[in-house]
Amino acid sequence: MQTNSDEALIARIANGDRLAMQVLFARHHVRVYRFVLRLVRNEAKAEDLISEVFLDIWRQAGKFEGRAAASTWMLSIARFKALSALRKRTEEELDDETAAAVEDQADNPEVSLAKKDKAAALRQCLSKLSAEHREVVDLVYYHEKSVEEVAGIVGIPEATVKTRMFYARKKLSEFLKEQGIDRGWP
Amino acid sequence: MNVAKENEPGNIELLLPWHAAGTLSQRDKQRVEAALAHDPGLARRYELVREELGETIHLNETLGAPSARAMEALFAKIDAEPSRAPATSLNFGARVREFFADLSPRTLAWSASAAALAIVLQAGLIAGIVFKEQAAPTAGSYQTASMPLAAKVEGAYALIRFQPQANAADISKFMETNKLSIADGPTPGGLYRVRISPSKVSSTDLADIVKTLHDNNANVVGFIAPTQ
Repeated sequence: MQTNSDEALIARIANGDRLAMQVLFARHHVRVYRFVLRLVRNEAKAEDLISEVFLDIWRQAGKFEGRAAASTWMLSIARFKALSALRKRTEEELDDETAAAVEDQADNPEVSLAKKDKAAALRQCLSKLSAEHREVVDLVYYHEKSVEEVAGIVGIPEATVKTRMFYARKKLSEFLKEQGIDRGWP
Repeated sequence: MNVAKENEPGNIELLLPWHAAGTLSQRDKQRVEAALAHDPGLARRYELVREELGETIHLNETLGAPSARAMEALFAKIDAEPSRAPATSLNFGARVREFFADLSPRTLAWSASAAALAIVLQAGLIAGIVFKEQAAPTAGSYQTASMPLAAKVEGAYALIRFQPQANAADISKFMETNKLSIADGPTPGGLYRVRISPSKVSSTDLADIVKTLHDNNANVVGFIAPTQ
């Protein structure tokens, strides 16, 4: 085992090695932050959650058995923290679905520009996907997780992972069509 | 019932996102590649998947990074935790890793698969190209994977995955001919961030450059997309 592999670092963290924790944090905190931010859609909240995620990693390192990649294990913890935080939101706060709906109501300058630029429109539509769809799209495309790993992180069967990704992509095409961009699929 | 079945995606279609991301098993990868070679409709839909992949990466890369406050908060909490005694026994996973770590290089060499070896060789030669291109003063200095020094250098960038069959000569020639340099990578999925211009270019120009690089170098470039 390489002495600086994620698994080796976690083994050292299990023994209370603070330096190993610093290295693991430096290596993964940006990707974990972006994953959480895409779920909670609030930078300050995402930043707070990052320290909670890595504190859990510090506490649970001894239980890590290496059956999944370390990054997959960390994303599972991050997802649990993000969803717990979303559930704690008070009724006064807008949930992300409502916020997305409000943003959709009119063509702001950004939307108008997006219509002229397919790539920008695609990115905007990616942001409009439901939390469930955003999550699977990010895990597959950005975090480079296999079907099995996504199933482990999200806690759903592998067949469901594949169909959820398919319907997320289909929804993406529908959003683009609403913006006047027909991809010719589905 | 037949109508419902017609609307359902096929097994290969469902795997396209993972094929584009480079995270399929060798067996599934071969199945998808065979289907793509014989089904123009599927190949056209695969191009849409590649667009989504590129823009999802672009979107996430523009999300920024947490401030130093996150790390400070974490270590303040860790310092407040009760100290713990070092573990006296390793769990099963750790014991398995230790077992493999204790194997002789010869044993490990024989047990490595040809596919894994090819990937390692390619990573090695790309690392060689990186070392050759990067300035000497940074060599040996500590750099985290999540915040590379190169990320702060201005320019135009693209994410690229080389074809598995591309050899050292092909990649070197491709990099030199197109005046490219590797800024970061590889990610677990084999993506590299390459600098394609020392100055910023418009998103339209960048898309054109990326398309040309892909179209003219299909034997070397497996996937390429603009990034920041």
